[in-house]
Order: sequence, then C-alpha cells, then structure tokens
Amino acid sequence: MTTPATPLTTHTAPGPAPGGSGAGPAVRIRGLVKRYGDSFAVRDLNLDINAGEVFALLGPNGAGKTTTVEILEGYRRRDGGEVSVLAEDPGQAGRPWRARIGIVPQSSTESPELSIEETVRHFARYYPDPRDPDEVIAAVGLEEKRKARSRSLSGGQRRRLDVALGIIGRPRLLFLDEPTTGFDPQARRAFWELIARLRTDGTTILLTTHYLEEAEALADRVGVIAGGRLVAVDAPEQLGGRAAREVRVLWQDGEVQRERLTATPTKVVAELTTRFDGEIPGLQVLRPTLEDVYLSMIQNTEGSNR
Amino acid sequence: MSSALDTVPATGSVRLPSVLSLGLARTGIEVRQFFRRRDSFIFTFAFPVMMLFIFGSVFSDDIAPGVSFTQYFAAGMVASGVVMSSFQSLAISIAIERDEGTLKRLRGTPMPPAAYFLGKIGLVLVTSVIQTAILLTIGALAFGLKLPTNPELWVRFTWVFVLGTAAGTVVGIAYSSLARSAQSAGAVVSPVVIVLQFISGVFFVFTDLPSWMQTIGSIFPLKWLAQGMRSVFLPDSFGASEAAHSWQLPQTALILTAWMIVGLVLCLRTFRWQRADAG
Repeated sequence: MTTPATPLTTHTAPGPAPGGSGAGPAVRIRGLVKRYGDSFAVRDLNLDINAGEVFALLGPNGAGKTTTVEILEGYRRRDGGEVSVLAEDPGQAGRPWRARIGIVPQSSTESPELSIEETVRHFARYYPDPRDPDEVIAAVGLEEKRKARSRSLSGGQRRRLDVALGIIGRPRLLFLDEPTTGFDPQARRAFWELIARLRTDGTTILLTTHYLEEAEALADRVGVIAGGRLVAVDAPEQLGGRAAREVRVLWQDGEVQRERLTATPTKVVAELTTRFDGEIPGLQVLRPTLEDVYLSMIQNTEGSNR
Repeated sequence: MSSALDTVPATGSVRLPSVLSLGLARTGIEVRQFFRRRDSFIFTFAFPVMMLFIFGSVFSDDIAPGVSFTQYFAAGMVASGVVMSSFQSLAISIAIERDEGTLKRLRGTPMPPAAYFLGKIGLVLVTSVIQTAILLTIGALAFGLKLPTNPELWVRFTWVFVLGTAAGTVVGIAYSSLARSAQSAGAVVSPVVIVLQFISGVFFVFTDLPSWMQTIGSIFPLKWLAQGMRSVFLPDSFGASEAAHSWQLPQTALILTAWMIVGLVLCLRTFRWQRADAG
C-alpha cells in the first residue's frame, strides 16, 4: 500500500468539519443493557466517543464487545439504556443514517464471482455521495488486483477489499471489527497508515482489535470491556495508571539474572553504572506494556465480576 | 447547540439513489454472478432438458388419442422449471447468503431492502425465461412438442408463467429462512421440489394418482402451474381428461395469486438479514 498523493476527503458538501469546535459526541451510550436469556451480555455500559476520534474497544471474547458494536451498527436490539450514533438511535435509523456510517465486519463476505473493481463500483452506487472507486481501490493498495475476482484473493487482500467497501460511502463514522486479522506485519503497517489518513480527514473510527500494539498505534483512547461493563477508558499511554506504574530494571550479575521494580529507573541505572564501572551486562529497562496493563485488568474483573 | 454532525440533515438534501435504479443495479450484479457460476448455470438450464430426454425415452406411449406422455411431461417440466428457477434457486441462494453474512453486509449499507428483492426477481425472470425457451426449443425440435400457434394460448402461457414465477419467488424468499445454515440449504429445499413433482402431475399423470394424493397435490402451486401449462401445450380436448374435467383456469389464477399473497406476507413478516442465532 503506497500513499497516493490525493487525500481521502470525507466531505464534499460544504459545512463545518466534524472534530471542529462545538462537535458533539459521535457515539453516546448511557446505561446500555443487552440480555441473552438470563445472562447479561452488556450491563449498564456508558461511553462517549468524540467526533473525529479513533477509539479502540478492547476485551476478551465474550466480554460484550461485539454485542455493543452491533447495537451501535443497528444490527442488534438493546434491552435497555440509551444509544445515540451520529445523533440518531441506530435501532430506528434509516437509509440516510446508514449512508453516513461505514462498517467493516469481522468476516469477509464478498461475492467470489465479482472482481474487486466491480464490487467496489457496485457498492458505491448505494451511497448518495460516494468516494471515487478508483481512489479507494488505490488507497487500500489493490490497484494491481482490480480485475481479479474475489475468489482469487489472499486473506489479507480480501480484508483490504472489506475496508474499501467500508469507506466507499465517505462515512463520518467507521466501524472496524478486527480489521487486520490475518495481515502480515507489512500489510498491517500500511493499514495503519490508511487509518491515520482517514483520521486526518475527520472520520470518527471505532475499532475493535485483539492486537494491543494496534490499539496503541492507532487509538486516541482505548476502552476495556469485561463482563459486559466498561472497566477502563483512557489514552493508551495512561490506561490503568500505566504511566505511574513501576518500571522493571534487569541486568546480569555473573550467572544470575537480577531484577528490580522501581519508580526511579534512572537512579537505579546510575547506581549500577557505578557498581559495574561502565557497561552494565544484559541491561534492560522495561515499562509495562499496554498488554501487561490490559491483562491485569481483565484478570481483576474476572475475579470480582463473575 | 449546533454540532457539526447535526448539519447534515437526516433526510432531504442528501439524495439517496432511487429504489428502482438500485433494483436494476442489483439485477445486473445478480445475473452477472449467476452466469459466472458456470457449473451451476449449465445444470440449471440442462436439467429440465435431461429429464425430458429420460422420460421421453422411457415412456413413449400415448396417454390419450393424439397426446403422448412426452408432451404431457414437457408441459409439466416447463412448470417444474419455473418452480426450480424461482422457489428452489432463491430458497437455496438466500439461505447461503444469510449464513455467509452477505445479507448482513448489505443491511449495513443504505441499500433499500426492496432493491435486494427486485434484484432477486430480476434474476428469476432472466433465468426462468432462458430456461423455458431452451426447454421449449429442444422439446419442439427433438421430442415432438407442439408449440401453440394461437396467440390467445400464448397470452394464457404468459399469465400462468408470470403468476407461477411470482408465487415461486416470494415463497422461495420466505422458505429460505427455514434452512439454518448454508450446508443444510440444499437438503431443506430440494426434497420439497422433488416430492411436489411426484404429487403434482409432473412425473406421473395427475389423474393416475390416488385421490388422497391428488387432494394434497392440489394445495400446492405446482399442480396448478403444470395444469395451466398443459392447457397451453396439449389439445384443448384433453381438458376433459383432467381431474375436474376442465382446465380450471379461473381456479388456477386464484390459487397462484393466493400463494403469491401468502408468500409475500410471510416474506415481510419472517425475512431475516442475519442467521437465526444472531440476537
């Protein structure tokens, strides 16, 4: 995926861009409840996603992530609470509302008999103000495959076609459900660049992913959902008091691996420098990763909530 | 409070494409996909001809003066072809599209549901017209099927064909919801068509069936569709040999229309865009 010169503009119609001053939340959830039989998939969930923001929803399988997102997309009914997506109730919203959202579902469903170009052009017809299909095909890096039938595409290429169909309608809000599953590292990087460009153009993005580094690279804020509740919302670098957590300093003392947890790693390293008189053998300074914080959060909730 | 997102009106200035134009676009894409599935389209068109060949070769007797079983069977095969390209193909293909998430994906776009159904109707019209044309041509050339020359009979053929196709289409769309997965779709749909062919006067002469079976067969549209086609392709005098000693054209119109209305109501009430297990 190379970055083409032309930007992916979100709006052709005149009017203030979202994300500007005075923009209300793109998504507003208050006290959302969803039950399946007697069990709660989502209970009392509250969340605001700001216009123009990239928000990543994290959580283990079965935590209520997909249920929540599908309620926002208008696929599922809620059992309680209030939901507003682009100022409308997704349970009641019609075609004009669907024209303003874009959905990249968890699994690919393109017709195997149609070429990439045919598929993208056909989907463009559904929308009142679509992006240029050629531009979108180029943006997802499928220019060379444009005549290929979906049947012949690799998993990663098919996923990029999914993304093309998600953004063809020039959505103001884009739902990305585990978009990079099956991508090789290079394709994932290219995908991240595409998301960054969409964000620059003012698209609000709700992303679910199992890749913590993806959430860290893309999201302005992340929310962790567990047991049907939102247990934390923060910027990736702040989540769970991550910035304030102690840092692990590791080094090699002869045959023995030494480790110290500290709030002042620089001081520890300075001491060690003195002790070893220069180079410290096997020195590592490890800050808690988003994954560490996330895993400890999930464990805590599973212990208390279930 | 004037938020940026409120500035695009929910309705009005954003002009959505019309249902009709999208229905045509859907028809185009459906037909294109159908003809690219070469294996399936060859069988769709060849199957009635193969059946005509087999039955025509095995049963060569006349069932009435001047009426061969081949002719009787050919009329039944035209009716069966209508049921197969409407009811059977839609019930199976929509069940697969539902299971694989194609329908869900479409539901997430501003495509109006009516455009999807128009596309399916367009596909059925194209395939059933081609299938019938092939069957009639080969039947006339190779199996002594006499095509009517009276324009009145062609008018009758047209309304029987259109009503049968319409009923088969809506009932097929409704029936697709019974299959719980793509894998089971064929098994849930095909036996119905085969059983109907046995009890509706396609594989056997209807009046040879036991009366209880005739009664059951008379509930379903294929019996009426087949009888309507016989009224077009068999000598008018044969009408006296039918179960009711006439072609029963008014009843045929009535019953096919009733099935169309029942199917339409079922469609509107039961159509699902997602698998049954999705809440």
